[in-house]
Amino acid sequence: MSDTRHATAPKLQLTGKEPYYQPIRDEVALFESAHRRRLPVLLKGPTGCGKTRFVEYMAWRLKRPLVTVACHDDLTTADLVGRYLIIGNETVWVDGPLTAAVRAGAICYLDEIVEARKDTTVVIHPLADARRILAVDKRGELVAAPDDFMLVVSYNPGYQSVLKEIKPSTRQRFVALDFDYPKASVEAGIVATEGQVDAETARRLVKLGELTRNLKGAGLDEGASTRLLVHAAHLIADGVEPATACTAAVARALTDDPDMTGTLDDLVRAVF
Amino acid sequence: MSRKLFSDALEQRLDEVLFASPSHRSAKKLADGLEQLDRAQQERVLHWVGVAAQSYAEIGYLVASLAPKALERLDAAGFEAWVLAGLDAYDRHGGQAAMALLRDLDGFCAGRDHADATARLDESEARLGRFLQGLSGRPLALSAGAFAHTDSETVFLPAQLAALPSAADNRRLYKAMAALLWAQTRYGTFGSTAVDIGAALSRWEDRERALRWFAALEAIRLEAVIGAELPGLSAEIAALRGPWPEALREAVGRLGRHDAAVSHSLTFLAECMAGEQEPPQLPHAGAIDLDAVLSVRAARIARDSETVRRALSTLKGFGGRQPSGEQTLAVNTEGGKVEFTLDGEVAALPPEAQAAAQSLLQDLGELPPECLVPAGPGAWQPTHREGSEGSVADALTRHREPHRRYDEWDYRRRAYRRGWCHLFEVNLAPGDADYVAKVSLRNTALINQIRRRFEMLRGEDRLLGRQPEGEEVDIDALVDAAGDRASGAEPSARLFCRRIRNERSLAAMFMVDMSGSTKGWVNDAERESLVMLCEAVEALGDRYAIYGFSGWTRTRCDIYPVKRFDEPYDAAVRARIAAIEAKDYTRMGVAIRHLTHLLEAQPARHKLLVTLSDGRPDDFGDEYRGHYGIEDTRRALQEAHERGVRSYCVTIDRHGADYLPRLYGPARYTVLDDVKKLPLKVADIYRRLTT
Repeated sequence: MSDTRHATAPKLQLTGKEPYYQPIRDEVALFESAHRRRLPVLLKGPTGCGKTRFVEYMAWRLKRPLVTVACHDDLTTADLVGRYLIIGNETVWVDGPLTAAVRAGAICYLDEIVEARKDTTVVIHPLADARRILAVDKRGELVAAPDDFMLVVSYNPGYQSVLKEIKPSTRQRFVALDFDYPKASVEAGIVATEGQVDAETARRLVKLGELTRNLKGAGLDEGASTRLLVHAAHLIADGVEPATACTAAVARALTDDPDMTGTLDDLVRAVF
Repeated sequence: MSRKLFSDALEQRLDEVLFASPSHRSAKKLADGLEQLDRAQQERVLHWVGVAAQSYAEIGYLVASLAPKALERLDAAGFEAWVLAGLDAYDRHGGQAAMALLRDLDGFCAGRDHADATARLDESEARLGRFLQGLSGRPLALSAGAFAHTDSETVFLPAQLAALPSAADNRRLYKAMAALLWAQTRYGTFGSTAVDIGAALSRWEDRERALRWFAALEAIRLEAVIGAELPGLSAEIAALRGPWPEALREAVGRLGRHDAAVSHSLTFLAECMAGEQEPPQLPHAGAIDLDAVLSVRAARIARDSETVRRALSTLKGFGGRQPSGEQTLAVNTEGGKVEFTLDGEVAALPPEAQAAAQSLLQDLGELPPECLVPAGPGAWQPTHREGSEGSVADALTRHREPHRRYDEWDYRRRAYRRGWCHLFEVNLAPGDADYVAKVSLRNTALINQIRRRFEMLRGEDRLLGRQPEGEEVDIDALVDAAGDRASGAEPSARLFCRRIRNERSLAAMFMVDMSGSTKGWVNDAERESLVMLCEAVEALGDRYAIYGFSGWTRTRCDIYPVKRFDEPYDAAVRARIAAIEAKDYTRMGVAIRHLTHLLEAQPARHKLLVTLSDGRPDDFGDEYRGHYGIEDTRRALQEAHERGVRSYCVTIDRHGADYLPRLYGPARYTVLDDVKKLPLKVADIYRRLTT
C-alpha cells in the first residue's frame, strides 16, 4: 500500500466526577502501589461485586483516562491493536483501544478476559511484563508504554466453563486482587447510597441477597450480586412496591427456571 | 361392550394374571366377587390386577378382592389412582405399606374427596428444600415423616396436608412449618453452651407434656424472632395460624419479642407446667423430638470441633507447623460470621472448616475454647471424606449406597417408578496394557486411512474474503473497487478479510454393551471398534467419553467409565478398553439416563449418544425383558432427546430392525450383519453422524 496516514482512535478523556466506591479492604492502596511500580493487575470476583466500578474509581483517583474493552469470544487481535481502514484509495491505520490506551498512558481495562480467544490474549503478554511494549505487527511498530499506562484485566472464577480457564502464562503476569460481595453492613451501605433507599430497605435487600447466595450451586449459578440489589433499590426508590421490585430485578434476573423462580419468590416474600 | 363375564370365565382369567401367586388361594372367591360388576369394570379390574401382580402377586390378589368395594366408591380414574398409589407405596416402602394403603379405602377416598385441597409433600419438596437452603447457611435436608419435627439436620414433614380448605393454603402451611422448624435449629431452641435443654426439660416428670408446651412456646418466640430479619415470612405465618388461642395470650405477651431467647421460653415453661392445662394444638407448629435432636447435635458438634481443630493446626505459626510462640488466635463472631485472626491478621481456613466453625457458632452460640486448640501437627485433612476408590477389592466390598437413583418407566402403569434403578459407577480394573498396541499393529493400514480422512474434517480456520469488516484489507477486493470507481461504477464496500474459526462444538458419548451375551466375538469386535473410534475422534479433536454398562436387576445397575470426558486417551484408558468384558445383563434405560445426565453437563453445542450393542434391552428375573424394557428404553431416549442429546445405535442384532425403529427412529440406527465389520464401519458411521 502507498503511504499510510495515521489516525488514532478518539481522544481519551479523564473521568470527570468521582465515581462512588466503597473500599472493602486494602485494594485501593494495593492498586496504587501496582500503578507506581508499573505492574498489571488482575481482578477476580463474581459478577456485579464492584470490579468495574473499582477500576473507574481508581482511574479517577490516579487521574488517568480509562479504556474499557468487554471481551467476547470473537474478539480478535485486530480489535484490540488496530486495523487498516480504506478511505478513498488509501489505507488508513486506526489504533485499537489497547494501542490507544498505551499511547495515551491510560488505564486499559479488559473485562472478562477469559471470554476472549486464546490467541488474542497473547498480545498482552509483552505489555504485562518488564518489557512493557505492544507489538503492532501490521505497522511493524513497537509501542513502548509510558510509565502511566496500566493494564487491568478481570475475570470471574465462578461460572466459566472449563474450556475458558485463564492460562498460567497469562495469569502469572498479574498482581491479583480478590473481590467478593462485601460484609452485610457494608453492602447495605452501598445499596443505600447507590440505590437511594433508606437504611432499613437496604438492609432487607442485602438479606435477600444473602438468602439467594445460599442457593448457589443448588439451582443457581450465582446468587444475587450487589449490582442486582442496587437495581432493585432503584426501582423501590422510584416508587415500585418492594416485593414487585425484587421479583423483577432479582428473582427474574437470576433464573428462567420456573421452579427456581417459585423458590426465589418465596424468599422475596419472606424478606418483604 | 359385550356382555359381562360369569364366575367361571373370571376365574380362568384371574388364574392367568395371578398365576405366579404363591398363596395357592383359589381365585374362585375373587371371581364370585367380580361377577356382579359390568363388563367394562370387569375388564378394568382384570387389567389392573395383572399390572399389580407383575410387581407383587399379593397386591394383585388384594386389588382383585377389594375391587368390588372400591368400584362402589371410585370412578374409573379413581380406581386407577388407587391401584397406582398402592404400587407406588410398594416401590418405595415394600409390600406391607402397599397392602396397608390399599386396605385403607376409606382414607384413600377421603383424601381423594379433598384431593383439590390436599397439598402433597412430594410436589412441594423441591421448592421447599431450596427455600430452606436459602434460609439456612447450614444444609438442611427435607423428608417425609409421621409428624412435623426436625432432628436439626433433617426437617420431617407429613406426606400430605389437608388442614386448610385450599391446596394453596396447605402449601403455604408446609412452608410455615418448614420455616419454624428451620428457626428451631437456627435460633437456639436446642440450647447453646449456656443453656442445656436436655437438663432443663428432664426436671419435669411428665416430660411429654413439657415438650408439648415447649414446642408451643417456641412457636410463639420463633415467629417473633423470624420477624426481625424476615418480616414477610413471619407475617405469612401469622396470617396462616390466625389469632393465638386464649390459653397462649400471656405467653404471646411475654415471648412475642424480637429479642426473646430460649431461656425466656424455659422460664415461662415452668409456669405452664405448674398449672394443669394441656397446651393448645397449633397446626402450623411442629413437635419437638428432643432425643433425636440431642444425639444428632452432639455428633455434629464433635465432628465440627474436630474439623476446626485440624484446620487450625495447619495455620502457619499456630499450632503444628512452627513452634508456637507468642502468636495469639482471636475469633470474631460479630454479625453471625466467624472470622479468625492470628496476631491481628485475618486467617483464612479451608471452606469445610469455615463451614464447620459457622455450624458450631449456630449450635453453641460461641466457639468453645476447646475447639480452638489445634489438633497437633499434620496436614489439613477434612474428616469424613469418602475413602479412595479404585481397587478390585473396592468393587466387591464397595459401599452399597447407589451413586444415583433413576426413575424407570412402567408402560403398563403409564407412570414412572420413582427412584427405581440404583446406579453405581464402578471402576474397571486395567486390562492387558499392550492390547491396544496389538490391535493397532494389526490394523495399521486401516488406522492410517481413518486418520487421514478424519484430519481433513478437522475444524480449521478459514480466511473469508470480501467482508464488510475484518482484520485485514482484502487486496483483490480493493483492486476491484478501485477499478469500479475509475470506470464510474459504484465500488463495493466489502473490502476486508475475516478469519473464521470453524470449531466443532461436539461431545460424543459411546455407550458400550457389556452384557453377558457379548462374550466372545462381539466383545472383541466392540473393543477393536473402540480403538478405531478413538483414533478417529482423536484426529477430529472432538470431546468424547466411553462408558460400559451392565447390571443385575434394578438394584445393581453398573456403569463402567472407560474414558471420561476430561481424561486424555492415555495408557490408562487403553488398559481399560482392554478390560472391557462380558458381564451380566442389559438394563438400557437407566444407562441411557445416566449417560445423558453426564452429557448434559458438557459445554458442547451438539451432544451425541452412540450405543454399541448386540441386542435388545434385557435384565435378569424381572419383567425388563421384552416389551417393558423396550418401552422404558424408548422413554429414556425420548428424555435424552428433550435434553438436547441425539442418540444413535449401532447393533449387530439381526432382529434389531424389529424394535430399533421404535426406539431410535427410522434413520437413527445401523444393523451390521457381521460382527467383524463393526471395527471397519464404526469410524465411518461416526463421520456420517457428525459432518
